[in-house]
Amino acid sequence: MAIATVINAAGRSVPTEINGNPAIPFRGVGKHRPHGNKFGPPIPSCSDFPDDGNKVVATLEEALLRCGIRDGMTISTHHHLRDGDLISNRVFEIASVMGVKDLVWFPSASFPCNDPLIKYLEDGTINRIEGSMNGPLGKFVSEGKMKGTAVLRSHGGRVQAIQDGEVKIDIAVLVAPTTDSYGNARGTGGNSACGVLGYAKADSMYADKVIVVTDNLVDLPCFPMEIEGNYVDYVVVVDKIGIPEKIASGTTQITKSPDRLLIAELTAAFLEKSGILKDGVTMQAGAGGTSLAIAVFLHEILKGKGWKSKFGFGGSTKYMVEMLEQGQMGYILDAQAFDLDSVASIVKNANHIPYPVFNAYNYHSKGNLTSMMDIMILGATEVDLNFNGNVVTHSDGYLLHGIGGWQNCLHARNVLLPIPLFRDRIPVIVDEVTTLCGPGELIDVIITERGIAINPLRQDLIESVRDSGLPLKTIAELKDEAEKICGKPSKPEFEDDIVAAIKWVDGTVIDVVRKIKR
Amino acid sequence: MNNSYTTSGNSGPKVRSDCEVSLGLSDRGGIVIDLKSKVEALYGESIKKQCTEILNYFGIRDAFLRIDDSGALSFVIAARLESAIKKAADTELDYLPDLLEENKYSTSSGRFRFSRLYVPGNTPGMMINAGLHSADGIILDLEDSVGPEKKDEARILVRNALRQVNFNGAERMARINQGERGMKDLEVIVPQYVNLILIPKCEDAATVRNIENRISEIKANAGLNNPVYLMPIIETALGVEMSFEIARSAASVVAIAVGLEDLTADMGVPRTVEGKETFYARTRIVNAAKASGIQPIDSVFSDVGDMEALRQSVLSSKALGFEGMGCIHPRQIPVIRQGFAPGPEEIEKSKKIVLAFENAHSKGLGVVALGSKMIDPPVVARAQKIIDLAVRLGLLSGGWMNEIPAEMK
Repeated sequence: MAIATVINAAGRSVPTEINGNPAIPFRGVGKHRPHGNKFGPPIPSCSDFPDDGNKVVATLEEALLRCGIRDGMTISTHHHLRDGDLISNRVFEIASVMGVKDLVWFPSASFPCNDPLIKYLEDGTINRIEGSMNGPLGKFVSEGKMKGTAVLRSHGGRVQAIQDGEVKIDIAVLVAPTTDSYGNARGTGGNSACGVLGYAKADSMYADKVIVVTDNLVDLPCFPMEIEGNYVDYVVVVDKIGIPEKIASGTTQITKSPDRLLIAELTAAFLEKSGILKDGVTMQAGAGGTSLAIAVFLHEILKGKGWKSKFGFGGSTKYMVEMLEQGQMGYILDAQAFDLDSVASIVKNANHIPYPVFNAYNYHSKGNLTSMMDIMILGATEVDLNFNGNVVTHSDGYLLHGIGGWQNCLHARNVLLPIPLFRDRIPVIVDEVTTLCGPGELIDVIITERGIAINPLRQDLIESVRDSGLPLKTIAELKDEAEKICGKPSKPEFEDDIVAAIKWVDGTVIDVVRKIKR
Repeated sequence: MNNSYTTSGNSGPKVRSDCEVSLGLSDRGGIVIDLKSKVEALYGESIKKQCTEILNYFGIRDAFLRIDDSGALSFVIAARLESAIKKAADTELDYLPDLLEENKYSTSSGRFRFSRLYVPGNTPGMMINAGLHSADGIILDLEDSVGPEKKDEARILVRNALRQVNFNGAERMARINQGERGMKDLEVIVPQYVNLILIPKCEDAATVRNIENRISEIKANAGLNNPVYLMPIIETALGVEMSFEIARSAASVVAIAVGLEDLTADMGVPRTVEGKETFYARTRIVNAAKASGIQPIDSVFSDVGDMEALRQSVLSSKALGFEGMGCIHPRQIPVIRQGFAPGPEEIEKSKKIVLAFENAHSKGLGVVALGSKMIDPPVVARAQKIIDLAVRLGLLSGGWMNEIPAEMK
């Protein structure tokens, strides 16, 4: 079946229809203007709910049946339990037993623990995933084995899609570490605490039916609640929603690699010498080993100068909590807690505030928290000579990562990508990214162990570090250096079939991923 | 069909930037390559092409080659395949990858050797970025970090690394093995513009002279005239007693180092952080070096996690007179460099002494005084040495004297 494609504003060939729905090609940063009203779920009535507020039903099966689960529905889950989530797979196991087909799974992210879902993609229970695809799931999709076309969105883009009615959630199955029988829920307490539930907020507000699943039922009111009971249809109590040691994953360890530490040191030096780091700075860094090291180096500089960051935006980690507790950070606004120290900090520190992605990242809202950030530390699997970035596929063409908040974060004042010049033998800086996820005009600085390249659009930054003694190079020089060491790589070959669409923050299609040629 | 396979290199879940090759020679069927690679989509074809070229270079037309690749760079693949070929067949040939132009530099005998980073000679993943961490020297180690069955392949890998890896101006060093094996190491390593050879477990002057002579012959045969310096390592009680002889045994000896792990083992005492058990040995070696006008270099500090303890160790090492230390992890380099570099107070004091000397000299006075204190010539010489060091390390501007206002002089 041939689908019509057009060349979008980024020069990429994209379809005008995805999974039978019309798709708008990317028109440029800030160019697409939405029209119409936000999506509204059906109006409920109190008369359909128990007067005593007790919405507990015996099992998840029963809750799904009462929600009217049937073929073709869209079922959403959130990923706050990360790799320790025991419930999302269970939903599709139940659906498969019931013989329900062609479901759309709409997670806020997937993790290796979701690999068993391949079975339900194969048996027809799931038609497609609209969310991130890692590891074996990514391989499955890249090889063209998924029935429908995957749609990858950023965290903010996911909220935008829900709000704009681009994705209509039939049933949201929201795990919650603590809940009361009315459905008020939070991310703290119990045996499976994950800190915050920010990614689940939009699902709870816009889904047709909402099921909250917990292993820690408390007396009403569960406070402070992030999910409000007035949005919730059913509450299910199970023995265990997650595996605690996998909820805060092992990624929150500072890198021990001397090369990564060198990159982190260069990044901190760049931020200091360019004057971006200053008293009152606002910042965000991820949970990768290099980002954590950068946070530690920045903390030292702030301490040494007697400066204080106004706020940090989380993904919170132990190292951000240390800044808060030692007085070098005013507030942590937190969309997700990456490790157990930050989970504990949310309970303990009044200035560590759960801050739903809903408010922060959605491009179709009245302001963007990320555009208020001075420092944004991000990663990428590839960056090209025009500073375009790729985060979803590897150079071999396979889908390997979700977009996460990456696209949303590109709107910060200074976007820095501390990345190794090559991984194993694979150069990270290439002629043209395999998959375009972020336009180069939004990416400011590439920091590698062998030099720093500043986007020529940022003459102000180039000027600020001209005499700093930092190893400044052009992006072409970095690429040449990588190729001199690694050799010039071949390009992966693709079929014409589109296996995944990459959405930009405004819901337009910025690129697609095609089936790997075998 | 010959069913025996020869193998070289490393594979496994933790291995990076390396490969394992298994080669079976045959008499028909051409060259068959079974490649399993992490980077197959990007480099699969180029790896097969490279391996076919190398096999052809050695005159091999029929063989079965299995490669388990974890992202090895081409110089690594070449070394692994050459080693497998040399295990399978007698050959006089060597397959030499291009020698980078930027690798053909010489160093001076008196340059700083504050930090020298040990890199295991059979672990390519640690070689590729070794030059990024600003060590004064990088030691590609063929001795203790390489298992006995891997010695031959490590030698070829180190040879290729010296040709293909840019160490960014660090002194290019290699630690050879003891005895005959060390002599074999020299044959392969010396022609690659290596700057310095470390001689392990050195106990007599004759060994050093032998090595110096052998290096001269190899250089002459290869038509090379770049200097190749020597750094004997004292690692036994006998070596300690012979250290003065060793230090002045040959003109190319520019430093002697102490290896405390082996020395304490030889002495039959446990190695402690305070190092009282090797105090005599270390002071003896420092003295032997100073008496011979070469650099005394301290042992490595083995706890890579404890930077504070390393800092203390560097300070006590410097206080004994050592002028450098070994590193086993790149993160140790800045700590060692800072420790051996003169501190701000030391520089200020030296500036005053040198200025006082200059003043006295310009006035034709024979006696130098700073305030009410007389300064002896050796004190001036020492201060000048510290100033020179500070200037060379970029801690002090070369024109510092002109930058001082006249009234302060």
